[in-house]
Amino acid sequence: MLSFSLLSNAIVSGLLLGGFYAGVAAGATISFGLLDIANIAHPAFVVFGAYCAFALNQRFHLDPLLAAVFVTPVFYAVGWFAYQLYHHAFERRGDDSMRGLAFFFGLMFVGEVVLILTFGVDYRYSSAEYTSTTFKLGPVAFPLREVIPFVGSLVILVAAQAFLKRTFTGRAILGVSQDPIALRLMGADPVRLKRIAFALSIALAGAAGALLLVLEPIEPAIGRDFIGRVFAIAVLGGMGSLPGTWVAAVMLGVIENLTSIFAGASWAPAVAFGFLLVTLTVRPSGLFGR
Amino acid sequence: MLASLRFFGFALVVAVAVFAAMHAVGNDYVFYAGYTVLQYVVLAVAWNILGGYVGYVNFGVAAFLALGAYTGVALGNFAPFPLPVMMLAGGLVAGLVGLGAGYLTLRLRGIFFAIATLALAVVLQTLITNWDFVGGSAGVYAIRPKHIPVFGSYIEYMVFLMLLVAAGVVAVSRAIERSSYGLGFTAIRDDEVAAEATGVPTLRLKLIATTLSAAFMGMAGAPLPYYVTFLEPSSAFNLSYAVNSIAMPLIGGTTAWFGPLLGALLLGVAQQVATVTISSEINLLIVGLLLIGFVILAPQGLIGLLGLTGKRRSV
Repeated sequence: MLSFSLLSNAIVSGLLLGGFYAGVAAGATISFGLLDIANIAHPAFVVFGAYCAFALNQRFHLDPLLAAVFVTPVFYAVGWFAYQLYHHAFERRGDDSMRGLAFFFGLMFVGEVVLILTFGVDYRYSSAEYTSTTFKLGPVAFPLREVIPFVGSLVILVAAQAFLKRTFTGRAILGVSQDPIALRLMGADPVRLKRIAFALSIALAGAAGALLLVLEPIEPAIGRDFIGRVFAIAVLGGMGSLPGTWVAAVMLGVIENLTSIFAGASWAPAVAFGFLLVTLTVRPSGLFGR
Repeated sequence: MLASLRFFGFALVVAVAVFAAMHAVGNDYVFYAGYTVLQYVVLAVAWNILGGYVGYVNFGVAAFLALGAYTGVALGNFAPFPLPVMMLAGGLVAGLVGLGAGYLTLRLRGIFFAIATLALAVVLQTLITNWDFVGGSAGVYAIRPKHIPVFGSYIEYMVFLMLLVAAGVVAVSRAIERSSYGLGFTAIRDDEVAAEATGVPTLRLKLIATTLSAAFMGMAGAPLPYYVTFLEPSSAFNLSYAVNSIAMPLIGGTTAWFGPLLGALLLGVAQQVATVTISSEINLLIVGLLLIGFVILAPQGLIGLLGLTGKRRSV
């Protein structure tokens, strides 16, 4: 039968994993929840970030966490230009629904193929030593390769939340998500604010990518597993609320892990998407929605 | 109505003529390549019924195609049903799933439907992977019957059936465009709230479009096991089906029935030629880049560039 130690390990590992999912979903919560931009390529950006960290790790023996320091600003710039393109081609024409979606879908696909052509389809992993270290607290294991992404994601979320709530620009971004026209009447430029916020969301994706490299070996198509998770979390977390994102992500992580144990690992991919389908049908406003 | 029937007759004549021409070439490769192109014609035109006319993006093309394919596999486990029966059954199952998924998510904004279709593909793939009756993760062999009356080889038979489905979906798509349904679809695409307010039964129309679109995808999927002879979940649910089926209408042009047809023929034939010369990855890379390029630079697609969109813009 199921032992206590197995169960507690599964729950702890689910918590750690879920905490990392929150880091992956944080950017999507900003772009999808606040800016209403359905960037389905978000997980692809995360995987791209992971491969950038991997390349830095291979070439310069840079630690993945240190690589994040370099990857994040570069991704901010990439996001800046991506939004510029998106805005001019779709948003400004009022044509953002179908073609905008197809645009991000194409981006995701092209990104994946480029990674396959550059790095091949084999699994790649970083050569940091701490990834094999595990702390033990009684019967419960805390592998560092799960603890570091958990803590790193928490840092990402807290920093993003502080930026949105405490700084002038951050609060203006929250304003843009509520009423862009009113904001324009106040003399602010909604496009500029959205550009900053979208760039931030991509920067967060890059940082989460470096954490992904710490957590597990990566391959180009791994981002697909995250699409369901990211959007399930963003919707469930109440569209645009970072604390909600964290709670939803941790819940998903635990449920996924329990499913793996009770039903077998081959059922785990369906959990996130099943979660999402149920959420969309039963409670599209999310757990904490109005 | 009569004009639509006449067009369907015309499409059938074209289909038979194409078949005769392929037969005259007398090379099996033509049929193998032709099958793939025709499959994409059906997928692209079917996708466009919902995506192009109503403006709701379906990322789950592979899910509906695989539903058709695995319906065929499941039926084949009971008895060797003839292929047309399997295609009808595949269409029925895919249509019903489309109806169900649509009923649950089409009330929400379009983006949620799009994400739900992505989710549907993964959930279905997981179910099929864990369902050993249809092969599970190990896959399943589909043995083609050695001989088939009238046609001789099985691939010719499959191509002929696919031509019939292609003629059907093109005729249906054209008929929709010219009917009051088409007007309703366009109204939803342009402004759903205004359409609802003026009495367009938006949910019912969206459900009709979703069901039709999914049913044709399912029909196109039923012969797939016999085409590939070995079917496994990761190939049946391959994302490239979705990418191609979305790229073809957007490149051809989504506002008229011949847009996706043109896109599917051009891109489909080009890919068949290209797979001989370049790797399939580069092939897909080009499709992806073309998709991005067209949605940014030519939102009306090829038919827009060629000035073929017609004068029905301000209906």
